[in-house]
Parts: sequence; C-alpha cells; structure tokens
Amino acid sequence: MAKNGVFSRLRRLEKSEDTDEFSACIDSHEVHVLAVDDSLVDRKVIERLLKITACKVTAVDSGRSALQFLGLDEEETSVGFHGLKVDLIITDYCMPGMTGYELLKKIKGSSTFREIPVVIMSSENVLARIDRCLEEGAEDFIVKPVKLSDVKRLKNYMFGEGRVQRQERGFNKRKLQETCDVSPSPSPPSSPSPDDTLSSPSSPSSSLPFSPRSSRQSIPP
Amino acid sequence: MEVDQLQRTFHDYHASLFNEGFLDEQFVQLQQLQDESNPGFVVEVVSLFFEDSERLLNDLSKALDQENVDFRKIDAHVHQLKGSSSSIGAQRVRNACIAFRNFCDERNIEACLKCLQQVRQEYLLVKTKLETLLRLEQQIVAAGGASPM
Repeated sequence: MAKNGVFSRLRRLEKSEDTDEFSACIDSHEVHVLAVDDSLVDRKVIERLLKITACKVTAVDSGRSALQFLGLDEEETSVGFHGLKVDLIITDYCMPGMTGYELLKKIKGSSTFREIPVVIMSSENVLARIDRCLEEGAEDFIVKPVKLSDVKRLKNYMFGEGRVQRQERGFNKRKLQETCDVSPSPSPPSSPSPDDTLSSPSSPSSSLPFSPRSSRQSIPP
Repeated sequence: MEVDQLQRTFHDYHASLFNEGFLDEQFVQLQQLQDESNPGFVVEVVSLFFEDSERLLNDLSKALDQENVDFRKIDAHVHQLKGSSSSIGAQRVRNACIAFRNFCDERNIEACLKCLQQVRQEYLLVKTKLETLLRLEQQIVAAGGASPM
C-alpha cells in the first residue's frame, strides 16, 4: 500500500476562507519558528531551511530548553520567556530526556501555548507514531531528512487566522492503525545551549499542495 | 583556462560520488541551501558531520569494549549517526548504520564489532571524498570561478 511520508490534519479555517487574505499575511509577517533537535547537524540544516524560507529561527537542543524558552518549564507563566512570539514549533521526535511527543503534550496542555502549531520530525516512518502525534494535536509529521519542500509547506501552519482548509490526503488512518507500539527514545544526556538567530528577508514561497513522498517504511513487527 | 578545467573535474567527481552511492539526493538539498548570502553552508554542515561522527564512533568503540555491553546505548549512538549521515546525504554510512542496528537488536557483540568496522570504513571513505570535493570547490573559487556547489 502506498504510504506518504508527510501527513496533514484536516483543519477548519478559523476566521476566513479567503486565500488572498492569507497570502497577504505571509508577505507582511515575519514568522518566528522554534526548532528543537538534539542533533547538531540537523539543527544546522533545519535552521538554514527555515531562514531560506524567510523565518526567524531559534534553535534549541532539547524539549527542556524549548519549554524554558517559552517560559513553560515547571511553573506556567503567562508571558513567553523572551517576549518573542513563537508562530510554529518544529521538533524532532526521538530526543534524550523529553521526546518530541512529550514536548507536544506539554505545549498542547498549556492554555497559553496550545494554539501554537507543532510539527514533528522523525527518521522513522511509523504509522502508530504518526497517528499518536496527530491525535495529540500535531499539525504535521515530517519524515527526515527534511527537505526544502517540506519546510515550504509548513508556512501554511504559521498563521492562526489564516489557516487554509486542507484535504486529508491518502488513506483512512483508522483502517491502517498499527496495533504494535513504537520503541521509546534513547537516553544519553545533552546540555542545553539555545542560540537566537534572525533571518534575512527573502521572498516567501507560495504554499504547495500536499504531494506524497516516497516512503521509507520501517514498521516494527 | 584553469577554472574551466577545475569546473570539469569538479563536475565529474561530483557525479561519480552519486553514481557510486556515496552521496544521495539529500546532499543536493544541502547544495541548494548554499548561496552568496551563505557561501560556506555545505562546508559548515559537513564539518559538523565529521565532528559528530568521530565522537560517535569513539563512543561506540568504548561501549562495545565494556564488560557488560549496553545495547540500548549502542543503539542510541548508531541511531544518531544514522540520522546525521542521512541529513547530509551520506548514503553508504546511513545504510551501514541500518545494518548495525539490526545486530544491536540481536545483542550480537561479534556482529556489532564487525558493523562498527564497516560503519567506520564507510565514514572514512565519504570523509575523504567530501574533503576532495570541497577542496576542488575551494580551488575553483580561489582561481576566480563561481562556486560549483
């Protein structure tokens, strides 16, 4: 059966179905993305991918650092820690300490931050994992390695008032629900070191329709 | 003209790395992310990959040398190496890591040692090749040409 590498949820447009208004939002607003990944190589790549798509990027190496940046660690505060509004969070799934899934739950469990779209990245194209993330409220799930086309598509998610209705692609998730679960993430420790960066403006790309990527299946037995 | 000659050499060498499976399409993605505003991007990412890989290979050596081998830890290291090699398009290293993880699952120390050797070999090969490629790029730019990346 054909499996797509990327999954989108069906989202209802919150305020307007006018796509012209939506593209105006892209042009005038510089998007701030919080990228979370324990791999230095991947952080470098995702940071560049985002900057080249006209985003401001803050890249951190753990879920804990991400929560600290948001001001959401341990005690919930009403203001973002750095005062910088975050428009999108993109996080790796497998990370030591707190997984991307756990980070997702914390964010969706916060009254202040639950509206921020969260995208999960993973090298493992496992249906149960994808389903779990989408059900917990993730906007999308990207199979690594991340490509420019993946990031360009993400710009759709970055505007609260401009979300465009998207069709759910592919198959009925329930039908293909995996019964077996995924192995937990590994646990060597990592030290947090957030770095703030600003992007240089570049012409934004138009949103691309969802296109299936060749899947790299690794369904556990 | 020297630059033309260098450009041709670069082009041929670049093509061979793909034909021989050392690099895959993800490396092309990295090249696309390099431009005048960020002319050192490929070198930077590749350098990070080298540092990261060497650290992980050392950790793997040590971990397999323990009296009680911690296979979860080994799997974690291999997973990381698989991830970073995949992110830069180092296809053969990535494939060697996939094979390695299978033997981790089986908790087979001998096989893991062989896999480590294999991964290290593939890593050293792609490292040499990438260094050669980047050196060619450097030479072209030094000779006044535009970066072929």
